[in-house]
Order: sequence, then structure tokens, then C-alpha cells
Amino acid sequence: MGYECVVCVKQVPDTTRVTGESMKADGTVNRAALPTIFNPEDLHALEAALRVRDQHGGHVTVITMGPGAAAEVLRECLYRGADRVILLTDRRAAASDTLATSYILSRAIRKLGPIDLVFCGRQAIDGDTAQVGPQLAEKLELPQVTYFEQFTDMIDRTVRIRRNVGNGWEILQARLPLLVTVLDSANQPRPPAAKKVMQYKRAHTMEELRRQLAETQPSLSEEQCEQELGRQVEQLQQRGLIINQWNLDDIQADLQWCGLSGSPTKVHRIQAIVLTKEGFTEIPPTEAGIRQMIGELIKDHTLG
Amino acid sequence: MNHRHYQGEVWVFAEQEDEHLSEVVLELCTKARQLADQLQVPMAAVLAGWNVRELSYRLIAHGADKVYHVHHTELEYYRTLPYARVLTTLIEKQQPQIVIFGATPLGRDLAPRIASAMRCGLTADCTDLEIGDYTDPKTKETHRNLLLQIRPAFGGNIIATIVNPERWPQMATVREGVMRLNPPDPKRSGKIIDETVQFTPADLSVQLIERHREPRKVNLKTARTIVAGGGGVGSRENFQLIRDLAAAIGGAVGASRAAVDGGFIGKEHQVGQTGTTVRPALYIAAGISGAVQHRAGMEESAKIIAINWDKEAPIFSVAHYGIVGDLNKIIPMMIKAIKERAS
Ligand SMILES: Cc1cc2nc3c(=O)[nH]c(=O)nc-3n(C[C@H](O)[C@H](O)[C@H](O)COP(=O)(O)OP(=O)(O)OC[C@H]3O[C@@H](n4cnc5c(N)ncnc54)[C@H](O)[C@@H]3O)c2cc1C
Repeated sequence: MGYECVVCVKQVPDTTRVTGESMKADGTVNRAALPTIFNPEDLHALEAALRVRDQHGGHVTVITMGPGAAAEVLRECLYRGADRVILLTDRRAAASDTLATSYILSRAIRKLGPIDLVFCGRQAIDGDTAQVGPQLAEKLELPQVTYFEQFTDMIDRTVRIRRNVGNGWEILQARLPLLVTVLDSANQPRPPAAKKVMQYKRAHTMEELRRQLAETQPSLSEEQCEQELGRQVEQLQQRGLIINQWNLDDIQADLQWCGLSGSPTKVHRIQAIVLTKEGFTEIPPTEAGIRQMIGELIKDHTLG
Repeated sequence: MNHRHYQGEVWVFAEQEDEHLSEVVLELCTKARQLADQLQVPMAAVLAGWNVRELSYRLIAHGADKVYHVHHTELEYYRTLPYARVLTTLIEKQQPQIVIFGATPLGRDLAPRIASAMRCGLTADCTDLEIGDYTDPKTKETHRNLLLQIRPAFGGNIIATIVNPERWPQMATVREGVMRLNPPDPKRSGKIIDETVQFTPADLSVQLIERHREPRKVNLKTARTIVAGGGGVGSRENFQLIRDLAAAIGGAVGASRAAVDGGFIGKEHQVGQTGTTVRPALYIAAGISGAVQHRAGMEESAKIIAINWDKEAPIFSVAHYGIVGDLNKIIPMMIKAIKERAS
């Protein structure tokens, strides 16, 4: 038996570390200056899937959509026990909003063939929208169970799920296939396993291998480079160390629904909340001083 | 694009549970009323459930011109798919130009499902909504009277204004406590329109087996603003000052461990390493020294105001605004300033 599980994860800028240093002169955030991390709730989604496989058998496939550097979170998944990882990367997917993102992810998941469970983190810390999970469920025509905490029962194709709705909890019964969005209260994600780190630290995408080669052997001609690359790929492939990379053509995505053209939401204006690098604005303990501070907070939308 | 779609009504999804409208719904009605007046179109609420028709009158008193009411046993308790069916059916039939949801756990489950089905835009957790024009930077086409959806982004470090010029309807979610709530006007009149909706077997495939609700507790994690008091507040009685300021700004009440240990307030309010970690848009720390264990739980707040009479207190090292002085004098001044702005 066993269950075919898919986990969607995201590499995100560590928005909790936005400081004066990471603001550009024009007041916008310099994403490049921020460290990237595995989106916290996605680690819980991965853990939930790994537990299903460990208990009932099956496979865990992890998909991430992002730039080439997002391969890092896929290695993190391999270190924790994922069976297969896929990097979905394409310049034409840039600037996708949640609707376009969920469409692209749905195309990738459909390419995987029949699946039983899709796991997403409840939300990503760079947008905090919590929209991709439910939108992906709709695109895949699957029922959704948001705010997943645990399976209370899993008998064949029928599952019972406890979900936490903030002011209480409920237990839902559903038939597979199904999509769940996972809360951080669901479980304690396992750390990377030392043995798997040894095994998979050399797992790379083609793009990464090409970049490494350009750095370590800059004198190679283009032809030599391709030859060497071919040799490396073959070697790594045999050991299961090539991270699959798909683009929008591989998943037969309709470009109309991807990237900018597939994104109904447009950013009209961006206004920076100016962060000071150090020190604070001292407000005199007077009525006038306080009135002015409150006025500023209302103006910049901190107070509604 | 179909301009006709941008002439429809302004809608609020009237979330209810156990025959009670959720608090945010009435706030949304106040806002939607303003937007509808500006656009000169009717404002309507969508009320779905089982035996909840009575709630229509509250929605009307809070500004609705119409209530689309759907009564069905399958709608007694919220489940995503039947509720999504109600909304998509009615949206297609009545063609509203704007639909607003509360950014509650329920609203955040439902709205994206509908947005995906309608292939329309959705902006989460808006802190303000306005009507305005938008010129496409590429085509130079100007779209008049769009919904401007204003929200903090990037961990609260920027404020973005989002528009949906091409796809309809324009949808947004709004957190509780963010919008002003106007008092009801019991003399207003409105129309209740009973609608019926057909469910498919797939819509009913997920069953609710067990349901447990707890009386509303402090929810520091989702609060947009928090007012926290520390040892410096001095007593349980004096902690009322902190509660009053929180009430004035519509925020939650937090505390340091010294305040909890001192018995000023319950442990569930504690912020910090051994309490709750919070990241609100605004954190006001009054009479809190700012020990590292406390800072660990709040220093990621988008804005921090520290009130402490010791100007060397470490809390000032994470503050954006610092007020050096006696909290017993400063907090009443803050409450006064906020009430002045509101009136
Ligand atoms: C393992 C461990 C875990 C801990 N976890 C937490 C935790 O989760 N959360 C937490 O908060 N603490 C925690 N602590 C405790 C922490 O170390 C501090 O003791 C605690 O935060 C102090 O609280 P306080 O600043 O409110 O009180 P105090 O240290 O008593 O400071 C009171 C402050 O108020 C100011 N003040 C007094 N009167 C006034 C006035 N009238 N007007 C203006 N200012 C005034 C004073 O100048 C002073 O700075 C933990 C400690 C340990 C060891």
C-alpha cells in the first residue's frame, strides 16, 4: 500500500532579519542582503509527510519553485529523508502572484502522476498570505484541509484530520486525494540526519554543476566544459545525486497563466517603513510630543 | 477586459458561527458602505447558514442595502467546499465588483479557494481599502475607480498598494480590529433576498466529525498591535492602564514575566522566551526593562515604542520610539491623543 505524498516548500528571505543594513537608500528592501531560509512552516509540512511515509510506506516528493539557489532547500529535504526533489525554475515564472504560483505548482504536481496527499506549509513568511495552499487545492480539484495538526486516523483511502481553527479545533473526515496546509504546532521537524548529509551534500542541479565548473576550471573551452559536465552528470546520476530541474515547458504550463500575465494582482505603490540603523526617535514625555508620535503612526498605517 | 464587471455592487462576506456574526463582519460593513457610496453602487452582504436569517437585520443596520441569504442544512457548520459553492454561484449570478472577507481563519481558508475558481486577484490582510485610479505603466491605460488594497508586506517592513485592474471581482481580506466600526442605525432599511444554491456530491465530500470551540482567549500571535506592561506597572490594579491603552488602539494585552510573576495578569499574556513570540505591526512596552529573554519574544515587531523612566534600560536598544518618563503620566496622554484622532 503506502501513500504518494507531495510537499511544496519555499525558500524565503529571512524577513525577521530586516535591519537598517538591509534597506536600500531609496527605502526599499535589498533582498540580496538578506539571508535566505527554509520557510519555517514548510519544514512542518515536510515532517508531516515523512511521518506518513515512515508509518504507512509510500514516497515523499518535494517540489520548490524558485531561482536556482532554491536547490539549497531541496538538499535540506534530502538530508531529512525526502525520496525525490524537484526544482521548478524558469525566468518566465518570475513575478508570479499567488494565483500564478498555484497554477504552476498544479501543473508540476499533475506531471507527477497519481498522488494521494499534498502538503503545504500554512503560509510563507515573506508574504504571510496563506493563499497558495487553498488555491493549489482548487487548481488540482482536490478538497483542502487547512490548519492541519495531525491525522487522527488513516484507514486505507479515508483519513481523519484534526485541524486547529484558532478558537478551537475540529476533526474532519475526507477521502484521498487531498491537500492539507500544516501549522507549526503540528509536529517537531526532525533535524538533518548526519548520514544523509554525507550522502546528499553533493546532490546538485545541472545549473549548479555548470556554475561550479566555470569557477573551478575557468580555462576550459565551451566544448570541454560541456564534456566535463556530461561526465559529472553521468557519475552523479548513477548515485542519485542529480536534482531534477523542470521549466514551464516540461510541465506544459500555459504561459498565459504564469508570471506577470497570469497574476491579476499588480503592485501599484510601495512605501517603505523607514527603519533606523541604530538608536530610536526620542519622544518628549509631553502631550505635544505624544500627539505627534500618534499622528505619525496613523499616517504610516501602523495604527489603523 | 469587461468594464461592465466593474460597475457591480460592493459585497461583504458575512461570516457567522453558531448564529453569531464575527466581529470583523460589522467593521467590514462600515468600510464597504463608504466604498459603495463613493462608487455610487449598492452595498450587499452574503449570509449563508442554517436558521441565520435574523442576522440580516444587523447587517442592514450596519450599512447593507441588500442581504443575499442562503439557508441550507449543509451550511450549518462551515466547510470549505459548500461555502465556496455558495459564493462562486452568487458572484457569477450577481456580478459584484468588490468582495471583502474577514482575515479570520475561516476567511483565509475560503477566500483563496474562491479567487482561484474565479481566476481573480486576492490581497490578504489589508490594513486599508480605498477607491482610486490606476494607470498601467506599460499600456498607459488608466483604470478608474479601482479598489486600492493597502497592506504591509515583507514582514511588515514595507506598505504595498495592490490593484486588480484586469480580472474581476476585486477581492481582499481584512483583519479584525483594523477598520473602524460605526454604530448601527436601526432605522436603516434593506432588502433580504433568499437565494438557493445546488451542491454537487463532491462539494459535500468532507465531513465534520467533531467540533470543539473554546471561549475566546488572548491571541497574541495574530494581534496587529500589542500593549505590554512590565514590573514597572507596579500592581494588578494599575495594570488597568495597560488594558485601557490596548482597548483604545484595538490591540491585545501583553506582559513581561515580572508582571506575570507579580500576579498583575495571567501567564497566557506573557511575551518572551518562555511566553509567546510575537511580531505585531506595533508593540508598546511600558515599564519593561527589556531583559534579553523578553526581547527575544518581541524584538521582531515592525515598530516598538518603549516607555521607561530609566533611560539606560535595555528596552531602548530595540525601540523605534522611546519615551523616557513615568508610564503613569505617559499612558493617559497616549489614550487622550488617540481618542482625539478618532473623533
Ligand atoms: C530562563 C528564563 C526565561 C525567562 N523568560 C522570560 C519571558 O519569556 N518573558 C519575560 O518577560 N521575561 C522572562 N524572563 C525574565 C527576565 O529575565 C526578566 O526578569 C523580566 O523580563 C523582567 O521583567 P520587567 O522588565 O517587566 O521587570 P523589571 O526588571 O522589574 O523592570 C521594570 C522596569 O520598569 C521601569 N519602571 C518602573 N516604574 C516605572 C514607571 N512608573 N514608569 C516607567 N518605567 C518604570 C524600570 O525602570 C525597569 O526598567 C526569563 C528569565 C529566565 C532566567
